[in-house]
Amino acid sequence: MADPRIVPDPRIVIVGAGPAGVRAAETLVAAGVRPIVIDEGGRDGGQIYRRQPEGFRRSYASLYGSEAGRAEDLHRSFEALRDRIDYRPETLAWGIWEKQLHLLQGSRTSEVDFDALIIASGATDRLMPVRGWNRAGVYSLGAAQLALKSQASAIGSRVVFMGSGPLLYLVAAQYSKAGAKVAAVLDTSSFWLRVKALPRLIARPDVLLKGLALTWKLRRARTEIETGITPVEIEGQPETGVETIRFRTNKGQERTVACDAVALGYHLRPEAQLADLARCEFRFDVQTRQFFPVKDTDGRSSVAGIYLAGDGALTLGADAAEASGHLAALAVLTDLGRQVATRDVGRLRRRLRAFERFRRGIADAFPWPASAAAAFSEDTVVCRCENITAGELRAAVTTGSVELNHAKAFSRVGMGRCQGRYCGHAAAEVIAASAGVSIETVGRIRGQPPVKPFVIGAESDAKEGA
Amino acid sequence: MTSSESGRFRRVGEQDRPRLVFSIDGQPAEGCKGDTLLVAMLTQIRHLRSSEFGDGDRAGFCLMGACQDCWVWTDTGERLRACTTPLAAGMCIATKAPEQAWPTLA
Repeated sequence: MADPRIVPDPRIVIVGAGPAGVRAAETLVAAGVRPIVIDEGGRDGGQIYRRQPEGFRRSYASLYGSEAGRAEDLHRSFEALRDRIDYRPETLAWGIWEKQLHLLQGSRTSEVDFDALIIASGATDRLMPVRGWNRAGVYSLGAAQLALKSQASAIGSRVVFMGSGPLLYLVAAQYSKAGAKVAAVLDTSSFWLRVKALPRLIARPDVLLKGLALTWKLRRARTEIETGITPVEIEGQPETGVETIRFRTNKGQERTVACDAVALGYHLRPEAQLADLARCEFRFDVQTRQFFPVKDTDGRSSVAGIYLAGDGALTLGADAAEASGHLAALAVLTDLGRQVATRDVGRLRRRLRAFERFRRGIADAFPWPASAAAAFSEDTVVCRCENITAGELRAAVTTGSVELNHAKAFSRVGMGRCQGRYCGHAAAEVIAASAGVSIETVGRIRGQPPVKPFVIGAESDAKEGA
Repeated sequence: MTSSESGRFRRVGEQDRPRLVFSIDGQPAEGCKGDTLLVAMLTQIRHLRSSEFGDGDRAGFCLMGACQDCWVWTDTGERLRACTTPLAAGMCIATKAPEQAWPTLA
């Protein structure tokens, strides 16, 4: 007799065609399932392995450096899957209602029903505002990298890299190698923290060595690197944008560096809006002071049928995203009553544990600069979408808004076009410091459909799979 | 100063691609095949739009379709996200929202 749990022809949808989504699709195809793969990008690879447009000629080695082999392997794997999946590029998954995903392609909306959904939605830069970050010429660190990787362009003629985390050094080194002028690398974390974090960082010795090599290359190119700095202001004019950056050195001296562009970033944050709309539970991470959607080791969320993989669930990086995408697909298959190789599961779980240990080491070595928010001047813009200052946000706190969504309603911080992606974490810090409450109780900005704005009046297609 | 030196972004490779002619606020402009609209514009000029909240010009921020800071408009009033829109020959781009984009509420 057939196992009653086995769904004969399950409809499995994957959101995202980056490292996690591609490995999930590959695992499902190998089990004889034809998944639907929804991706906002025009081509596979996600952001980290974003493909350059057709007609560009740079080699994998020049584009992806030490990760060239992994990038090429992922792209090749996806090409081999193309005929065996229902691939929908340039499609935004903008909402979830029970077991139905809402899509937008061009100006047409549609819906797709699913038995299981793997959300591999990736991450965006985690930002801490600084006075003047709303000026033209200030970009996220990820933006600086994408300009170079997918467009062979630098974001300016003299670029300052400010923030913290491995990506700061990686992108600065990529700019330097490409012949772009790196005016300075300004790291808010101190060198000493990196030494203290070594016992955890050694969990991935290869990555640790790559990181050290990057710093060495930058120093050899005589790039100014300052650690333990405090950002003061990105100065310039409203009409012309960035002109200088002002900061305090680790010895407390105030300095300026002339520049016409600033790349700003403090690690990444998950794009967890879809998980939120699927009513997945979230947990607070004390070390990095942010919320992550709850998932078990294999990727099961708190909601049956919803699986989470890659940086969209927990920011462990691209290698871990491949492993977690693979593992999430195995969890889907297991839950649908299929046989999976337990040896694979054990191996992938062990890999993820090492990645998690490394992530904690990185978070110790390059901490989120929480205290900067308490020190914002009243006129520091927190929400760059709608030009709302720390003073305006603190005024909302004074009138009783000590929860983030409440403060959003009264101050409009987080209500603009980015929907709180870039100001949400800092706004929570401002509220916590101003109200004297813990950051955990301030909460997180709730996801709202559509997860990205689109023009009202988009036409609706008939529902599929009805 | 040539037009390519007056922009914000600097090309550091892949410069032998076919040229595409388009326009920004009625002024002729040139980009390369494979450019996003954002890169094509910012290699020519220093902004994409002005903040509707009065804090000056904007030139995009995330380049991955998440921040929505890079909205520009076509001459027919269609709104485009410049970082995810490929440049096409003959595009007529405006850095200000056309008046007709606002519906009459009366």
